[in-house]
Amino acid sequence: MYIASIISFIVGLFFLAVATIGLLRLPDVYNRLHATTKCDTLGAGLVLLSLALQSELAVAIRLALLIVFIVITNPTAAHVIARAAYITGINPVIGRSEPDG
Amino acid sequence: MIYEQILDYLYTIGAILVMLMIFLSMIRALAGPTAPDRVVAINIITTYTLIIITLIARIYEQVYFLDIAMVYALMGFIATIGVAKYLEKGVLD
Repeated sequence: MYIASIISFIVGLFFLAVATIGLLRLPDVYNRLHATTKCDTLGAGLVLLSLALQSELAVAIRLALLIVFIVITNPTAAHVIARAAYITGINPVIGRSEPDG
Repeated sequence: MIYEQILDYLYTIGAILVMLMIFLSMIRALAGPTAPDRVVAINIITTYTLIIITLIARIYEQVYFLDIAMVYALMGFIATIGVAKYLEKGVLD
């Protein structure tokens, strides 16, 4: 159980780091949403799972509620942001482009 | 038990690493070219803060920090929805 917790925590930290790198390096709003939403949801879920594997039942139920809440709300927020960006008039980058930092 | 000791060190180091990721994301929140870039950065910073709160609840063994984390996630979600609605319609009603 402890070994599964350690592995889950390290993999979750890796996905969170991937989300940060994608947020910093990708060239467009839509690309950044694509990178951060999926990696962030998976990384947070794995870190909370690593905490829930070794705690007693009352704490594990609260952590499971947090995981369910993150999995429901994070894609919803990404969808709303993408729709607002598209309606505001930001065009997606098509083809090869220079990354703007 | 040796694994519990390893996990204690690992959670402390992980909380510090997530804090560094918050500082790196704040670069995008400050220098994002458009407004939705900043909203994306604030959204991801909210998730990182939630992870730090749960890790602190594990390190100091205070269970009620998890309720604070739940309320914080709710507030971050509502803030994101509000800013996106303002960008989309121009009014908040």
